[in-house]
Amino acid sequence: MQPRTVTKTSARVLLMIEIDGLTKRYGQHTVVDNLSFSCSAGEVLGFLGPNGAGKSTTMKMITGFVTPNSGTASVCGHSIGEDALAARQHLGYLPEGAPCYPEMTPKSFLDFIADVRGLSGERRKARLDEVTEQLHLGPVLDQSIETLSKGFKRRVGLAQAILHDPAVLILDEPTDGLDPNQKHEVRELIRSMSADKLIVISTHILEEVEAVCSRAIIIASGRILADDTPAQLAAASRYHNAVRLTLGDDANFDEIRSALGRLGSVKETESNREQLSITAIAQPGGRAVGPWREIAERVAASNWNVASLQLEGGRLDEVFRQITKGKEA
Amino acid sequence: MSIVAALFRRELRSYFATPVAYVFIVIFLILMGTFTFYLGGFYERGQADLSAFFNYHPWLYLFLVPAIAMRLWAEERKTGSVELLMTLPITPWQAVLGKYLAAWAFTGIALILTFPIWVTVNYLGDPDNGAILAAYVGSFLMAGGFLAIGACLSATTRNQVIAFVLTVVVCFGFLLAGFPLVLDLFSAWAPQTIVDGVASLSFLTHFANISKGVIDFRDLVYFALLIAVFLFANTIILQWKQAD
Repeated sequence: MQPRTVTKTSARVLLMIEIDGLTKRYGQHTVVDNLSFSCSAGEVLGFLGPNGAGKSTTMKMITGFVTPNSGTASVCGHSIGEDALAARQHLGYLPEGAPCYPEMTPKSFLDFIADVRGLSGERRKARLDEVTEQLHLGPVLDQSIETLSKGFKRRVGLAQAILHDPAVLILDEPTDGLDPNQKHEVRELIRSMSADKLIVISTHILEEVEAVCSRAIIIASGRILADDTPAQLAAASRYHNAVRLTLGDDANFDEIRSALGRLGSVKETESNREQLSITAIAQPGGRAVGPWREIAERVAASNWNVASLQLEGGRLDEVFRQITKGKEA
Repeated sequence: MSIVAALFRRELRSYFATPVAYVFIVIFLILMGTFTFYLGGFYERGQADLSAFFNYHPWLYLFLVPAIAMRLWAEERKTGSVELLMTLPITPWQAVLGKYLAAWAFTGIALILTFPIWVTVNYLGDPDNGAILAAYVGSFLMAGGFLAIGACLSATTRNQVIAFVLTVVVCFGFLLAGFPLVLDLFSAWAPQTIVDGVASLSFLTHFANISKGVIDFRDLVYFALLIAVFLFANTIILQWKQAD
């Protein structure tokens, strides 16, 4: 009996979010449909889906803001339905659009959050200093939030979510409205925090998933359509292992194109004459490296004017479209 | 309790971070003065009491208190900050109480700032200050009653105008519950006990006792119960709206 209990507890500690059969209906419309998944510390879970797929609603149900019609969600072993307060102690949440109190300053706002989170003494000061530093809020601490740029507002929202150093972070579109540099910084921040936390982000920016996520769940119409690592998802793309050639001139464009098309490892070619590019798509189920070696040898043996040769890992956006379009209707 | 205190501080501070507090207090004081001296005939009455002042409180509160209460929840819902607030580790009851107490304290501050009228009446004559204190307590309780109704109705909508109008109408009903205007709505069909019940809900009747300086335990219980019931309804509405 004893060892079994131990296993159970350790499994609980590991599984930071457990979702079972979560369903939400608004009238006749089912927004989230019998969703189940679980995830553990160290993961950065990307929640992908077209607008209206149920991403935000799912997040609202995990944080207990929206009550599901059926199903359960628990955070660090605490059911959000039965013990919401304990679950929320372990949870940091950035709601969609990063709502704040516009008349407050970031300083007074974070002080308020620290009060509510029960931070005091040394730890309170250390945490406030740390998040101010991490999100570069120093220069605007005493300015009212309504006068801040969108980027700063978002960062105030993030600061609020991570202030108590929660085990589980739920961020609804954390980089929305940020410029490329700020996006990069937020992604760095997410990566740096991910080792001992579970971070769930929703986004429709696919490069973000490739940049920070260790796991991606694609949902549409409230159902999970794919659940895998970003690399594995991209591997389902027809561009996986494809080779892209760029030519120096279009002298023998057609000749090269048809020569590539005849190679055994190439399924078909796509070309763009204006950009002088030809993409050779790999035969499905071919060798792991695809047509790369064959094309490289062919290019070396020829006198073609090839400017560059690129191996593609697969296009996540294409997979995303394929998955969500195919099953949404 | 420290969570309610944190919510209270945040809320009260936010009144003074915007012009809302100052505009409200200035208008409140100007109207109080106008009503007392012109409509109430404070000097003409030639009596050293403040009934000319307190008699107009219910009517002033009818419009000014809903203006404070309307933003309590409607604004949070409009800006989405309610999602932030309600996903913090706090209970709905703590949130309702913290916000309500801050708004009530704010009306208390406005009420305290009417002290020059008390100074005036003491300078001019020799009033019964015990009775004046009792009337102040009664007025504060009545403001709390209006405010609890307003807070509850504010939670039903994200539109502050709707919250304001609903609150004025409901408060007007409570104010005049003892008068034919309201009672006739009931007397046509309801048994006498219900009509009497409605009549006993009248703000004016309960306030009239206290404003004369008579603090009756039943009047205190009335206002306390009224506030408790509406704040309880407020938490229910909040959770119910949240489920959507």
